Amino acid sequence: MRAPASDLPLVLDGVSLQAGSTTILDRLNLKISPGAPTLIVGPNGAGKTRLLRLCMGLDAPSAGRITWGGRANSAMTRRAILFQRPVMLRRTAAANIAYALAQAGTPRHERAGRVAALLERVGLSGLAQRPARRLSGGEQQRLALARALARDPEILLLDEPTANLDPAATRGVEEIVLSAARSGIKIVMASHDLGQVRRLAGDVIFLVRGALREQEKAQDFFDHPATPEAAAFLRGDLVI
Amino acid sequence: MSDQFSAWQLILNGDPALYAIVRLSLAVSLSAVALAALIGMPLGALLGLTRFPGRSVLVVLLNALMGLPPVVVGLAVYLLLSRSGPLGAFGILFTPLAMVIAQTILIVPIIAAPTRQTVEDLWVEYRDELTAMDVSPVGRMTTLLWDARYSLLTALLAGFGRAAAEVGAVMIVGGNIDGFTRTMTTAVALETSKGNLPLAMGLGLVLVAIVLAINAAAWGTRVWSERQAG
Amino acid sequence: MSRFSSLALAVLVGALIHSAPAGAQDRSIVVASTTSTQDSGLFGYLLPIFKARTGIEVKVIAQGTGQALDTARRGDADVVFVHAKAQEEKFLAEGFGVKRFDVMYNDFVLIGPNSDPAGVKGRDIETALKTIQAKAAPFVSRGDRSGTHSAELALWKQAGIDIAASKGPWYREIGQGMGAALNTAAAMNGYVLSDRGTWISFKNRGDLAIVVEGDKRLFNQYGVMLVNPAKYPSVKKELGQTFVDWLISPEGQAAIAGYKIDGQQLFFPDADKKGT
Repeated sequence: MRAPASDLPLVLDGVSLQAGSTTILDRLNLKISPGAPTLIVGPNGAGKTRLLRLCMGLDAPSAGRITWGGRANSAMTRRAILFQRPVMLRRTAAANIAYALAQAGTPRHERAGRVAALLERVGLSGLAQRPARRLSGGEQQRLALARALARDPEILLLDEPTANLDPAATRGVEEIVLSAARSGIKIVMASHDLGQVRRLAGDVIFLVRGALREQEKAQDFFDHPATPEAAAFLRGDLVI
Repeated sequence: MSDQFSAWQLILNGDPALYAIVRLSLAVSLSAVALAALIGMPLGALLGLTRFPGRSVLVVLLNALMGLPPVVVGLAVYLLLSRSGPLGAFGILFTPLAMVIAQTILIVPIIAAPTRQTVEDLWVEYRDELTAMDVSPVGRMTTLLWDARYSLLTALLAGFGRAAAEVGAVMIVGGNIDGFTRTMTTAVALETSKGNLPLAMGLGLVLVAIVLAINAAAWGTRVWSERQAG
Repeated sequence: MSRFSSLALAVLVGALIHSAPAGAQDRSIVVASTTSTQDSGLFGYLLPIFKARTGIEVKVIAQGTGQALDTARRGDADVVFVHAKAQEEKFLAEGFGVKRFDVMYNDFVLIGPNSDPAGVKGRDIETALKTIQAKAAPFVSRGDRSGTHSAELALWKQAGIDIAASKGPWYREIGQGMGAALNTAAAMNGYVLSDRGTWISFKNRGDLAIVVEGDKRLFNQYGVMLVNPAKYPSVKKELGQTFVDWLISPEGQAAIAGYKIDGQQLFFPDADKKGT
């Protein structure tokens, strides 16, 4: 059964994440609202992955509060996440999607139809019976997307999904992400590829060393970055 | 069984006594593996996925039980099933069922311990995905067990090997009764004690050949299956 | 996958059920007997005759006499057929048996290497044992409370030797059946007391041969008893009694006499139907 309430806006209020004595995320205050894709940007080690995991609900913050649509406890039912290296189940591509559908509670008689539709949506219809572990990197990422979309999510979180893919595969993934955004799914995606950010972003969250430096519309981020770190990052300098 | 013929001649001539012994050996050991898998795999998966105080003790115990001496298991089951024992009323002693019970007990650890390790290792890899897909605890167990099926097959074959090879347990709880509870291994023991060493050796080689064939079949199944589903 | 595995399971269970006869309706009894009756092949010869006559399946558990009697004491056998009179009478006195009948006899023989290093060939058994002990010649003992073991111990005693005190590394107690004892003796070129029946049918003789035989003291009597149903109601007393009766009947006795290997008779019927 779908949770009727919405998970948006997704609000982080003074959220910190500690691991031992190291601060991974430092007193973040941010708000993710419905609309165009939000891209989380920053140098490596900025904490993008950890932030996504918090937004999904996989991890809990060491301090501060996260609320989904105003609720502190929200089941993951209407959220989905794509990891940088997806884990394929040891079965066919179609079976992977069927599995995700089953876990999301899709009735048995509907599954075959939805599997076909999802394969179509991610462009893998011809590879339905291929063992998922034998797909190429790009194909596996698209299959992971299909699994995520099978959950009929309200929010789709993606952790640098094209970091390991060639340009053609990258384009394939970006097209699916954009079409998902157009169909009303809120995209929250981490990236360190500025070109990708330009192509996809509605607004940008800029992190450096676990701290929030900027949150604004994408156009503003690129044209008038507010902080010197953002300016350096946009220039291509190393932001230490 | 005639003593003059070698074991291979008996095979070629289709000696009914030998075939009955082979059938019984396979029925007992394969049944024991099936039962032990039904018990041991969920047990191993559960232990691999949960954390609780005293868990390490259980893990060590399970690993140690892989080395349970068959004759000790046989003795324990005998005392349970004897007419003067707690389960005597069922009259199961000296039947193939008693042999299956003893062998099942023997090989549950051999299946459960590697299952535990495999599932525990696999969970490290699958944890994020399965948590993000909101998979139930039981669902996690079944998903990991299925995905680990090729590794687990090795554990099953190890269990089968142990069962097919042991003589201590089946001798004590089965009684090596001619025509009823005589297996390949107890037949080898018997022929050895009668001084029919060539026949005993021949029977032993037949047993080895059968176990080899089963392992080959399992391997073939795995190769075919991998081609289908990866 | 689940459909395949349930099919496989059904096949296995079917095979098992096929292998094991059904419960109360089947006409079968469990007889706890000795390794000498099994290893000599007597049962292989006798039981089909009995089954053809009565339709009763006899399931033989072959253990040493001591172990066979213990099995019956636990209620796991219907009939005992062993060869150690003292132990059998004790069993009877304890109330575990109904009545004891003599069935057949054969004799023990002292087996040793052809070269006879202890020089006992042709002597009487007492002298032979004394010599073996004095010369510390390798000797294999059953060591398993079997009928043969009991007889061996009795013979040491008759020879005036306290074997428990005077056994040394030359005395090898293996705790196993007659065949195993003969195998061990063959492998280490030692002496061993055996029943003639097992010896005649034993195939792995190596360099062994009979060195002492025919001594009156080597007489080996077999007896049969029905396990007392008063102690264990589960004992199949009618079927068991049928077996006992048949063994001591003229027909059973003739069958026993009819068992030969290479023309040699192994067991000599001597039932007198009176029993104790």
